[in-house]
Amino acid sequence: MVFGRSERRRKHDAPDPVTLKILVAGGFGVGKTTAVGAVSEIKPLRTEERLTEAGRPVDDLVGVEGKRTTTVAMDFGRITLREDLVLYLFGTPGQDRFWFLWDELARGALGAVVLADTRRLADSFAAIDYFERRGIAFMVAVNCFDGAERYPAETVREALDLDAEVPVMLCDARAKDSVRDVLIAVVEHAMHLTTRQREPALP
Amino acid sequence: MTTDGPARTGRPDTSWYDDDAGPVVRPYAMTRGRTSTEAEERLDLIALVIAEDRQEEPLDDQTLSPEHVDIVGLCRDAPLSVAELAAELDLPLGVVRVLIGDLLDAELVHVSRPVPPAELPDEKILREVIDGLRAL
Repeated sequence: MVFGRSERRRKHDAPDPVTLKILVAGGFGVGKTTAVGAVSEIKPLRTEERLTEAGRPVDDLVGVEGKRTTTVAMDFGRITLREDLVLYLFGTPGQDRFWFLWDELARGALGAVVLADTRRLADSFAAIDYFERRGIAFMVAVNCFDGAERYPAETVREALDLDAEVPVMLCDARAKDSVRDVLIAVVEHAMHLTTRQREPALP
Repeated sequence: MTTDGPARTGRPDTSWYDDDAGPVVRPYAMTRGRTSTEAEERLDLIALVIAEDRQEEPLDDQTLSPEHVDIVGLCRDAPLSVAELAAELDLPLGVVRVLIGDLLDAELVHVSRPVPPAELPDEKILREVIDGLRAL
């Protein structure tokens, strides 16, 4: 059993914990599940949704007409920050066409991390575009793969044509400290945006 | 030799069944064909399901399916999110949502209220998240 229950046993009168989520997006094989696993207190779990009608307009079923359902998987992890404060990390489904699932994942999300690989920067365009359009606080974390050439964060920002305020960091998706720093940066960015939103507009 | 099933190739019978064959029991059979619940809106992926009754003895309610009983059992020690329950029971999210909806109707569990999707959590909570992450 993967859940450390005995440690998490609550007092009966404790208030219900507050739960928050951060999304980890990016292209296929960029290290989303690795990053989630690096900081999660549980081995990343996988939940699945079975798609039927919803996938029909985009799924090319020619040749597999008998196949009525598709399964899409989401990997996620958990960080219990305090007994009453739990952060969930969700890796977005790799296939870009499951946009409607992204909508469910993004609803109420605190922020998002777009993991990028400098060898395949174009793979992160879709995720960046999605978060920009939805107005979700996001940052770009470049996963520094062994053997991949390093580029300064500013070069990556230019290559991705990001707004000046979007944080860009280099990270190692395998290292807990590195992923933790990325998460702190995205929450700080979200807080910055919230504060600004709440301030009255200048005359 | 007109057939070549697994028996003839000497492989074990299990090779007949792979993931593509689908589950032996169709998942929505557990929900008696229902694909949604009135509680859908409250059952966000990270909404926590909390058992009302934390006594250790198993539920003795003949109207409940084994999956219902499993959900209550899992939520007794500590609240679990909808996503964790789906992963733990290895059931699609849609199925788990319907089953949790039944348990809500039966008042066996309650669900934590997630932060309303339209608004970001307030600054105080964000600061607490940052402090918590720093302490990791």
